Amino acid sequence: MTEFKTHIMVCGGTGCRASQSEKIRQNLNTAIQEYGLEDDVQVVMTGCFGFCEKGPVVKIIPDNTFYVQVKPEDADLIIQEHIIKGRKVSHLLYEDPKTKEMVSDSKHMDFYKKQIRIALRNCGFINPENIDEYIARDGYAALGKVLTEMTPEQVIAEMKQSGLRGRGGGGFPTGLKWEITRKSQNDQKYVVCNADEGDPGAFMDRSILEGDPNSVIEAMAICGYCIGANQGLVYIRAEYPLAIDRLRTALKQAREYGLLGKDILGTGFNFDIELRYGAGAFVCGEETALIHSMEGLRGEPTFKPPFPAVSGYKGKPTNVNNVETFANVPVIINKGANWFNKIGSEKSKGTKVFALAGKINNVGLIEVPMGTTLREVIYEIGGGIKDGKKFKAVQTGGPSGGCLTEKHLDTPIDFDNLIAAGSMMGSGGMIVMDEDSCMVSIAKFYLEFTLDESCGKCAPCRIGNKRLHEILNKITQGNGTKTDLDRLRLLGNVIKDCSLCGLGQTSPNPVLSTLTNFYNEYIDHVENHKCSAGQCKALLKYVIDPEICTGCTLCFRNCPVGAISGEKKSPHSIDQSLCIKCGACYEKCKFNAIRIA
Amino acid sequence: MEKVKSLADLKKIRDEVQSRIRLRENSDRPEKLVQIKVAMATCGIASGAKETLNTFVEELELQAIDAVITQTGCMGYCYAEPTVEVTLPGKDPLVFGYVDKTKALEIIEKYIKKQELVDGIIPVTYKTIDE
Repeated sequence: MTEFKTHIMVCGGTGCRASQSEKIRQNLNTAIQEYGLEDDVQVVMTGCFGFCEKGPVVKIIPDNTFYVQVKPEDADLIIQEHIIKGRKVSHLLYEDPKTKEMVSDSKHMDFYKKQIRIALRNCGFINPENIDEYIARDGYAALGKVLTEMTPEQVIAEMKQSGLRGRGGGGFPTGLKWEITRKSQNDQKYVVCNADEGDPGAFMDRSILEGDPNSVIEAMAICGYCIGANQGLVYIRAEYPLAIDRLRTALKQAREYGLLGKDILGTGFNFDIELRYGAGAFVCGEETALIHSMEGLRGEPTFKPPFPAVSGYKGKPTNVNNVETFANVPVIINKGANWFNKIGSEKSKGTKVFALAGKINNVGLIEVPMGTTLREVIYEIGGGIKDGKKFKAVQTGGPSGGCLTEKHLDTPIDFDNLIAAGSMMGSGGMIVMDEDSCMVSIAKFYLEFTLDESCGKCAPCRIGNKRLHEILNKITQGNGTKTDLDRLRLLGNVIKDCSLCGLGQTSPNPVLSTLTNFYNEYIDHVENHKCSAGQCKALLKYVIDPEICTGCTLCFRNCPVGAISGEKKSPHSIDQSLCIKCGACYEKCKFNAIRIA
Repeated sequence: MEKVKSLADLKKIRDEVQSRIRLRENSDRPEKLVQIKVAMATCGIASGAKETLNTFVEELELQAIDAVITQTGCMGYCYAEPTVEVTLPGKDPLVFGYVDKTKALEIIEKYIKKQELVDGIIPVTYKTIDE
């Protein structure tokens, strides 16, 4: 068996491939053969290093040398210098932008500090169906510490000190919420975990429950101890069967160990958790609607106050936190508030999990410290835009959020900055859009979602959003006017101000934020009747260039509505009154004679 | 399962399971015991992680290679599902992306048996809470 002494890892991510990493690998292999090193050195293509900005990237194992912006012709040099003579090729090393020093060991690169996994600490590490593996990684140690060494007041003080804010979107300080619920006097209180993740494109809560259900269970018990509750409830959507399954297994094992139930760890503290299933209504992520749904009533919000902390489930004081919020709690207790509050930005502490989706290369879950910029998330961790296209916007906060543009790329992401930029954190879905996305259609898409999900209880949301949608429809049909744009803004603001719950209050956000950030695109639609992204069909016009058309009749034969006419071997033309803009002719034409006007 | 009655009990269990896991990692036949974790969240399963897991179980059994194969949650590399982490004794864990049946067999033949790397390694780009 041959054992290689050295491995050369060449990045095979989309970005690096585009800048010839495949060629680098070939050249490396050629050089290796030339010097007869086939038995000592192996070249491997890897997935994306996430350092696309400085690609192509080549890493040498075992000494962790990290070469950046390598060119195919550098391959020979790397083999000669690094592999044969054992000297690092200094001009290919990464230069630290701050210290201006060459970094030779990738472990010391700033880049690796971009992501830190707190809420996702066990996801992908432990077997979620075996509680022992959770305990081996200090699981339930925080609960033990809290029950034996701390008073509820001390725990709440620690939580407040940590600066943890609700990860479901609102960003309410978690410690304060616990304190308010603790102060409500009653014979029975409840801890509720909101696992009704409904934003399109967000899946961090599901991943946590599927990968590390015990962390949520432990945190709920800690919360129960703090607020004086002996009963916990997890409201989870029935569309998450695997998460439900893993949660059930974890609950069963925790009960068998006595980590749930009566007299936990011999301290006299009782706590148990039940599951409640939701039918997947978006509005049930709102806490009052969620509580009504758990009570068996219609999932409709009610006016706050009274807040659930005073009168919640069955009229008793109830503390509602989101899955990701809970997942942070055991770490804060174990490592201390002062460890946690050093991570993140001034007013938003800790990390946030984002679900990257859309036109981005590395679709997936990431966890970054608060205050990381969008540019770092999209270009460094996310690997940039698919197919080398141009970045246009990123949608955060789901249907309640807004679109951020290029000018926001360097804004540090935290609760307050996103709101200032006209969007919001939401649960952490991030949908990246490229130049082919029409912002009017995007706004319409999100509005359609809220239209569907509106419970219909209050008029601004029920009727207002319908009207907003009609105006947007009119614009995408090419019948909009400039007055319509003013009407959109006025109506949007009225809905924002007058709706009963968070769903209605935030539903116009996608419209209002695109109207602010992409006003010219709206103008283009209403004044020039043009959709530059080519998404609004009614505004498109397919025309045949008579100069290029050879009269091959291919378009004529493929048109499903018979809108194309013309003699064989002479230029064809499209009857615009019949054309349905399906684009079949455009795709079939071999001579690029058909253009979109 | 015995009840955990006190914090001391919990610590005892923790030490026990930790040493058991360590034992699993450094068994008495370290040249043979391989650890494989297959990411089995909804995303992984939807992309075929079950087949990947089965392939590893069946093929390693067939070739009589001692290995511990477990499932785990989402590693976050959704673009490269199914993802698999392989830890050879005495080596750092390596994560492989796009592991279908063919890839799984390639990993067994090349990486597990000959310690040759195969294409498709996903580099680690984050810090853990212990660092």
